[in-house]
Amino acid sequence: MKGYASLVKPYIFWMSLFIVVPMLLIVLFAFTEHGNALMAFRFTLENFFRFFDPVFIKVLFKSLEVALITTLFCILLGYPIAYIISNASERAQTLLILLITLPMWINMLVRTYAWISILSDGGILNSIFEFLGLQPIKMMYTDFAVMLGMVYNFLPFMIISIYTVLAKLDRALIHASHDLGANPVQTFLRIVLPLSMPGVISGITLVFLPAVSTFVIPKFLGGGQYMLIGNLIENQFITVGEWNFGSAISLIMAMIIMGSMILTRKIDRDASDTASVEGGKLW
Amino acid sequence: MVGIKKHNLAKFFMMFGILAFFYLPILSLMIFSFNDSRSLTSWSGFSLQWYKALFENREMMTAITTTITIALISTFVATVMGTLAAIGISKSRRLVKELVLSVNNFPILNPEIVTAIGLMLLYSSLNIEKGFMTMLLAHIIFSTPYVILSVLPRLRRLDPDIAEAALDLGATPLQALWKVIVPMITPGIVSGALIAFTMSFDDFVISYFVSGNGVKNISILVYTMSKRINPTINALSTILVVIITIVLLVVNLYPYIAKKELKEAE
Repeated sequence: MKGYASLVKPYIFWMSLFIVVPMLLIVLFAFTEHGNALMAFRFTLENFFRFFDPVFIKVLFKSLEVALITTLFCILLGYPIAYIISNASERAQTLLILLITLPMWINMLVRTYAWISILSDGGILNSIFEFLGLQPIKMMYTDFAVMLGMVYNFLPFMIISIYTVLAKLDRALIHASHDLGANPVQTFLRIVLPLSMPGVISGITLVFLPAVSTFVIPKFLGGGQYMLIGNLIENQFITVGEWNFGSAISLIMAMIIMGSMILTRKIDRDASDTASVEGGKLW
Repeated sequence: MVGIKKHNLAKFFMMFGILAFFYLPILSLMIFSFNDSRSLTSWSGFSLQWYKALFENREMMTAITTTITIALISTFVATVMGTLAAIGISKSRRLVKELVLSVNNFPILNPEIVTAIGLMLLYSSLNIEKGFMTMLLAHIIFSTPYVILSVLPRLRRLDPDIAEAALDLGATPLQALWKVIVPMITPGIVSGALIAFTMSFDDFVISYFVSGNGVKNISILVYTMSKRINPTINALSTILVVIITIVLLVVNLYPYIAKKELKEAE
């Protein structure tokens, strides 16, 4: 039986070459200057200093802002939806979850592209406005369009991750809370919401991470001038060819994402600590 | 009672609204693939000209073949490699297990664009010319970790005595692996393969950074064509949506139908 353990060896070699080495290369490129040839490296922090230009810092804050607002909207829309689904009959639950997940199987670029003809100046929404006698609204190439595209793409992740927790929730707790005299709002705020937080937290991870790093949605719905950090990285690698600077930006982005994930988990843990303290008081 | 009814109505409208939000864009995309004119917003009559244009467009047909070929090969390799690695991991010492799994999680937790530029830097450092093979290799690299993660839980539930018994009864390690372990973890392998296939089929970011020399998959083509908006993309998307819907319906309804038939047979 122990003999099978050696099956892991080839994968360790594979992983080192194709997962570890690429990560080290990003670090190496970020801390060096010039040269695509392996030999011509020189240590520098210049790539990081360069990022502290107001132009780039603005892009960073814009990305964080857009991703945060997107995540917030996903929670506000996703939570009630997940809640409604989890309270439906078992049959309806299966069907609704299937309906929510189905669009996720369709290519993300295609789904985002679909919005172009809806939001554009002579597009479907504006035609409807015109028909109703309303003024046309410029929607394409705005923050609104970009965030709408993000919510559209990432909302299913939030719904599913909150739903999985809510569906597993022990109904006896809710009945007990009712029996002990809590009204529905109290039961929701003190029992259901705290217990479903793990689902919200994993939903935040699933939405925030792709929202910060995407460059397709801003490009399609925000236009060529719309810059988020993902677009900045894409530009450095594909258009400008400044790989060292691009690597430094990616490293900064990866650090920020990792930091925010650790922070989210910590907040979750602290919150559940206080929740259990409150629970203690209750008994 | 009236209050409860109102409540249900609100729930219904909310659910309906969200489903409309999800499906209307896709529906409009499909409808305008049958439009007689180039416009994606004003309807001028039914036609199949964009489907004809799609099948006559060599670049698109090549992209479709490339996408399917890469998805099939990368799924096969990633599934075999991931399953073997998962078996190895499950039998390894704790330290090795934790180390391998944390590295294995890197491509899953990292933003796609970071994995993409890492591989791009690797290829260029090794002087490998970007093209079909680099895209294929990249797909194997990013989908294998998902196969491992979906096979491992099955292995954890596996009773080690069963494989041991097979070995005691004279099976070679290879026979015990193929005839005893693999059949018991098949559901994990299948779901791993499905994840690998869809990940590969839909991938854009990583493919975009690691391919070159005119090698394009469907996603890259949609990305480059979005600047010159064109209903052939709608036609292609409609075909994809229909295929995916049929497959998902069959997969999801199959258990119900099978159950019903079983009942009728009884």
